[in-house]
Amino acid sequence: MLAAVASLTVLGAALGLGLGIAARRFHVEPEEIVAELEALLPGSQCGQCGYPGCAGAAQALADGKAPVTLCPPGGKGVAQALAEKLGVSADLSALGESVPMLASVREELCIGCTKCFKACPTDAIHGAVKQIHAVLKEACTGCAKCVDSCPTEAVGLVPVPATLTTWTWHKPGHA
Amino acid sequence: MPAVATLPAWLQRSLIRWGVHPDDHKRPVADLPVERLPLPSRLFLPLQQHVGAPARPVVKIGDHVLKGQLLAESAANISAPVHASTSGRIVDITTYPAPHPSGLEQPVMVLEPDGKDRWIDTAPPADPFALPPTEVGRMVSAAGVVGMGGATFPSAVKLALGLRVQVEILIVNGGECEPYLSCDDRLMRDHAAGVVDGIRLALHAIGAQEARVGIENNKPEAIAAMQQAAAPFPEVRIMPVPAQYPMGSDKQLIQVLTGREVPFDGRAADAGVLVHNVGTCHAIHQAVRLGRPLVERLVTVSGGAVRRPRNVVAPIGATAQALFDYCDGLASAPARVIMGGPMMGNPLATTASPVIKGTSGLLALTQEEVGEGERAGPCIRCASCVSVCPMNLLPLEMAAHIRSDDPDGAFQLGLNDCIGCGCCSYVCPSAIPLSHYFSYAKGALAANERAKLKSESIKKLTTARLERQEREAREKAEAAARRKAEREAAKARAAAQANAATAKAATADVNA
Repeated sequence: MLAAVASLTVLGAALGLGLGIAARRFHVEPEEIVAELEALLPGSQCGQCGYPGCAGAAQALADGKAPVTLCPPGGKGVAQALAEKLGVSADLSALGESVPMLASVREELCIGCTKCFKACPTDAIHGAVKQIHAVLKEACTGCAKCVDSCPTEAVGLVPVPATLTTWTWHKPGHA
Repeated sequence: MPAVATLPAWLQRSLIRWGVHPDDHKRPVADLPVERLPLPSRLFLPLQQHVGAPARPVVKIGDHVLKGQLLAESAANISAPVHASTSGRIVDITTYPAPHPSGLEQPVMVLEPDGKDRWIDTAPPADPFALPPTEVGRMVSAAGVVGMGGATFPSAVKLALGLRVQVEILIVNGGECEPYLSCDDRLMRDHAAGVVDGIRLALHAIGAQEARVGIENNKPEAIAAMQQAAAPFPEVRIMPVPAQYPMGSDKQLIQVLTGREVPFDGRAADAGVLVHNVGTCHAIHQAVRLGRPLVERLVTVSGGAVRRPRNVVAPIGATAQALFDYCDGLASAPARVIMGGPMMGNPLATTASPVIKGTSGLLALTQEEVGEGERAGPCIRCASCVSVCPMNLLPLEMAAHIRSDDPDGAFQLGLNDCIGCGCCSYVCPSAIPLSHYFSYAKGALAANERAKLKSESIKKLTTARLERQEREAREKAEAAARRKAEREAAKARAAAQANAATAKAATADVNA
């Protein structure tokens, strides 16, 4: 009994000492920025970015090999946080803007060329030759086809304005 | 299950197995006399103060109007008219912050009082009980009466429904289970006769034989006043019920007073009953007996930040700020300003928003009363929320679905049955904002529904456009073919004519 306790104690102490020395001796300083970047990523290790897990992605980000928009599940929020951390400006518009958009005609620029309402797949734009065109909000899908067709850049996309009937409570923050 | 309210008082409490019992904070405000707000300098009358389509204006900017004059008419089957709250001039028809958590603007009429407060001429009927029920309903509709407990559903639509499906019992909601609020209590104490008369008129309008008035037993004065007023009328039964939140919710009150349950996806009428608030009954009395439309209401102005909390009679359209100012203003910056009760009311984005027909209370609550600051912890699955839910739902499970972006899963668990009473949030030891999750998910589902409708209509538009383009191309081709045929025919004709002419000429030559 006594021998068993003593031998296990000695064994434990020796191994602990060995591990302790090894930890000090072979210590590798991790790059601080990588750890910080990893903390910003979702940590789900999904691999959608093409790197081996979030740690790999953080390393790639730190090395400047990957854009801040690399993380699909993180979306815009994560991309913004990463850009801030790295001090880079990033074009976040490519990340699917979830706000629904609506075409709108800037009346002072519209020349009434009828190109946009010919382009509209849902007949959401009405007007006539040399008349200012207007958008029917109910029918517009925000597909942006009219935007490309306009010769005077009078057509643009604006976020759908919230009304009392479409307003909803936001999702509560995570518990 | 038997009607709990018909059982002995000592048994009632133990048979109600839902709800919570928050501190009611109703006194001393409930015991203070009602005061009248002096006319403010501007009144903002929203065109939509009710469920349904917004009213359609019938007066112009610059018009002088009398108190009770129609400003905007009912614009659809489910809609309600808006009347002038005092005499004065319409100075603008514009948009103004709605009494809504978003603070978004809505169309309003701006009325500048002339200070005379002169009523329009009214011609109330001598004996409304001699009128046919539909005529009473028409008068209620013309007076713009809507559910004054806060739901703001047009009352006349409900009366017509009650008459059509022949409900047996009219439930009158005097529960007023929300903490702080005491406007219905005051109304029953001060105007019991008017309320009882309104109840009898509503009974007449729906052709029912019995009215049951549920009043929480924390309002003994109101119960006594109502019992006295209803004594000559055996068809009006005053029934005290235990004070347990949310007793004033229609489904719960129906169950306690009649033992009936409103079916899933159904309405009160499906259980053979109709529910009206005591305030609505009083408004019906005013509309039918005096011919006066709904232009003012009793509002409880209370909360820890209010210097002199009171029940105030305010014209519809007075701003929340005007009411707070009348009550000597706010002692401290409120943590939250709420329209309605603290459990189910709407936080206001701005105190510039006006009092509307459904405004039962204006509460300026201090940080201490709001009690926020605790961060939500993880769910410990204690099921407290399950035991208090008056609709027998599983709030914790529904919230878990919503958290993981699966509102449809919550819908499967009965999200639509949630009445938003907030009992679950109130009892949650982890301070999880459960009812916030449900409000969010209901909004998300409604948005999905709207998106679905829109995509259907878009699909229709796209196919219509394609059809039109095809038709146009076809017509163009046909027109081109026709023109070609015509051209050829003309050519042929011309050739024939030319032939004939040469032939003629030839004969002429021959003749010559």
